[in-house]
Amino acid sequence: MADTQILIEPKQKVYFDLTTSPHLHSQWSTAKVMWFVNLALVPCVASALIFFGIQQILIMLVAVLFAVGTEAAIQAIRKKKVTLFDGSAALTGLLLSLTLPPNFSLSATAIGSIVAIGLGKQIFGGIGYNIFNPALVGRAFLQAAFPVQITTWTKPNYAVDSITSATPLAAFKFDKLLTETYSLAIGNVGGSLGETSAIAVLIGGIFLIAVGIVNWRIPISMIIGMFVFGGALWIINPQQHPSPVFQIFAGSFLFGAMFMATDWVTSPITGKGMWIFGLGISLVLILIRTFGGLPEGVMYSILFMNSFVPIINRYTRPRIFGEQKEVKK
Amino acid sequence: MSSKTFRGGVHPKKYKELAEHIAFEYFPAPDEIILPLSQHLGKEAKPLIKKGDEVILGQLVAQADGFISAPIHSSVNGKVLSIGKEVTPLGFPKDSIVIKASENSVDKRFTFPPLDPETITPDEIRQRVAEAGIVGQGGAAFPTYVKLSPPEDKVIDVVIINGCECEPYLTRDYRLMIERPDDLISGLKLIMKTLGVKRGVIGIEDNKPEAIKILSHKVEYEEGIEVVSLKTKYPQGAEKMLIKAVTGKEVPPGKLPMDVGAVIQNIGTAIAIHDAVVKGEPLTRAALTVSGLGIRQPKNLYVPVGTPIQNIIEFCGGVTEDAVKIIVGGPMMGIAQYNLQAPVMKATSGILVLTKKEVTESEETPCLRCGQCVDACPLNLMPTKLARYTQLKRYEDAEGIGITVCMECGTCAFTCPANIPLVQWIRLGKQKVLQMQKERAEK
Ligand code: SF4
Ligand code: SF4
Repeated sequence: MADTQILIEPKQKVYFDLTTSPHLHSQWSTAKVMWFVNLALVPCVASALIFFGIQQILIMLVAVLFAVGTEAAIQAIRKKKVTLFDGSAALTGLLLSLTLPPNFSLSATAIGSIVAIGLGKQIFGGIGYNIFNPALVGRAFLQAAFPVQITTWTKPNYAVDSITSATPLAAFKFDKLLTETYSLAIGNVGGSLGETSAIAVLIGGIFLIAVGIVNWRIPISMIIGMFVFGGALWIINPQQHPSPVFQIFAGSFLFGAMFMATDWVTSPITGKGMWIFGLGISLVLILIRTFGGLPEGVMYSILFMNSFVPIINRYTRPRIFGEQKEVKK
Repeated sequence: MSSKTFRGGVHPKKYKELAEHIAFEYFPAPDEIILPLSQHLGKEAKPLIKKGDEVILGQLVAQADGFISAPIHSSVNGKVLSIGKEVTPLGFPKDSIVIKASENSVDKRFTFPPLDPETITPDEIRQRVAEAGIVGQGGAAFPTYVKLSPPEDKVIDVVIINGCECEPYLTRDYRLMIERPDDLISGLKLIMKTLGVKRGVIGIEDNKPEAIKILSHKVEYEEGIEVVSLKTKYPQGAEKMLIKAVTGKEVPPGKLPMDVGAVIQNIGTAIAIHDAVVKGEPLTRAALTVSGLGIRQPKNLYVPVGTPIQNIIEFCGGVTEDAVKIIVGGPMMGIAQYNLQAPVMKATSGILVLTKKEVTESEETPCLRCGQCVDACPLNLMPTKLARYTQLKRYEDAEGIGITVCMECGTCAFTCPANIPLVQWIRLGKQKVLQMQKERAEK
């Protein structure tokens, strides 16, 4: 809007900014939010470096650089504004790298980032328009393209027991070996870079909930869902099915609940919708972990529920203030 | 005492400390005043004077025209300069009376005969409120006597005084509560008497403990009157939110507070009613806050209605180097000004001068579908969808999800991290839908 310049006595110039109300704005901007989420991943990054070695920083760097580079290249080609500094591409790269196994090849990591941004985000029109979580799209691609490498696990630095390099979920699924909750909480177990330490994930996640970026409904509904669905199976047959606590602490459940399912763009916008979304993810996840061929399934269950988000949003319109229940369509 | 509230809302930075400890001061009569004929919702008043007439303070210069209209009184002694289009703080010109204040104005002024609040009848109160030109002080400036004359079939059971003042910066209601608690309670009792209501509630946000303390103490022996502490949250002072917090009832879309048995009055309105009845004063003054980091000396002022904003800013020491925006009203719903000749009106609550630091806005980005606006909307609307449908000109869809219910409080736009001007879009869409509905009704 045009600024008008008027002289106010005594001899003072003021520019009149004529934008309309509200004249105050919350402290958040898209970029600031994205950088805060990056910041919240620092404990996970630290746990990855501690348990799998300092050299893992390379995977993260490659993933971030290729994600940011791909975003810039596509925006330049399509002659759109280059939004490198909004932190969202960097976030996608970082998230992707944290879902990969330690010592994953750097060239494959680069490909994953390119796919995540290109196919997961820019093809839909860039930030805000994608349906699927871009980092998970990248990972799903790598899972298909490098099935062996992506399920080859490294023994963590401080592993104490005989469960060598298998992930706790695989150990249970194939050998019925339970990993102690203590180890799962600390994170000195096999698994993807950023997901093994429940404590690190929770520190970041709780920080995001506290500052108001992550809506608590999604992680909480996922955890409740796990207790209900996982708990039901466990009560029926505790020999065959692990306890819901194990289900929650093992694998990428918490990482998915805090950082992946809560991705703003690809999760529902209504409170009720968030509940349906979170419960849905846990249900699908339990089905995959229990009856599917894979030990893990967080990625697929989130991607699966992502595709329902538009429908969930449509059917969970909140009751307008003062509106009678019967009138609701 | 636990504080009551509603669902949703936001917590903007308050900036109340700038003016909350500064007592009210009387603004000296300016050289010239501009009195828009329409300072209220409804029909504009009809002028009773012509160019060159001498008028005195308090004299009726324009009479109400129709049911929803309010008369206007001169706020100075002086001479009528002209009657014609003048700029207003609402942004567009309106017919106004311009009065030149006389140089050495003797203390002549017009007042009504004072009435005894003990023996006065409801009809006498209504009549006095109407002839004193009182309008709601909460922004919409609805003629007050209309609110005091509900249709026969509506049962009113509670009068709520709105002491929330949830807009940042504004402190006039707070100052009035602590400086004039007795007049406020007297005004409330007059309103209760007019409506035949036994229960009166003064709802105050819990960030004003001093006001809660003083008024709680004062109403201790007043039968049927209580002070209720409310959560500090924007927009706690919106009528629907206030009623929900105080009574638990929700005003349905398209309905009025009286449909759930409540009448809401502003602090300033209640005091104006007391002044009109007990002292016989017509409404010629606005109580307002001048604040913001861009004004040199923040103040709370009683200003003659019609005083140009420019004079008030000069009276408060002028603006600072980094001032960028001047607003009439609060920062959440107020209007940015481009012409400082615009006058203070009866319901003007504040003049704010904001600096770059306060209004910093980030760039607009596409919607992130974060749902923050949905979570924050106190009326449970889906602002992102309302804005989107408007952008796509899908007005029927916008109507279907309740665009006309929006009260334009700005909560959604405040909270949006993508910095999308949600209220502007919704306002536009709402106008289109209302127009559509009108055309439909005419068919
Ligand atoms: S401006 Fe309208 S849509 Fe936005 S929060 Fe207020 S009532 Fe809701
Ligand atoms: S707050 Fe802004 S970015 Fe978030 S859903 Fe609403 S419109 Fe979109």
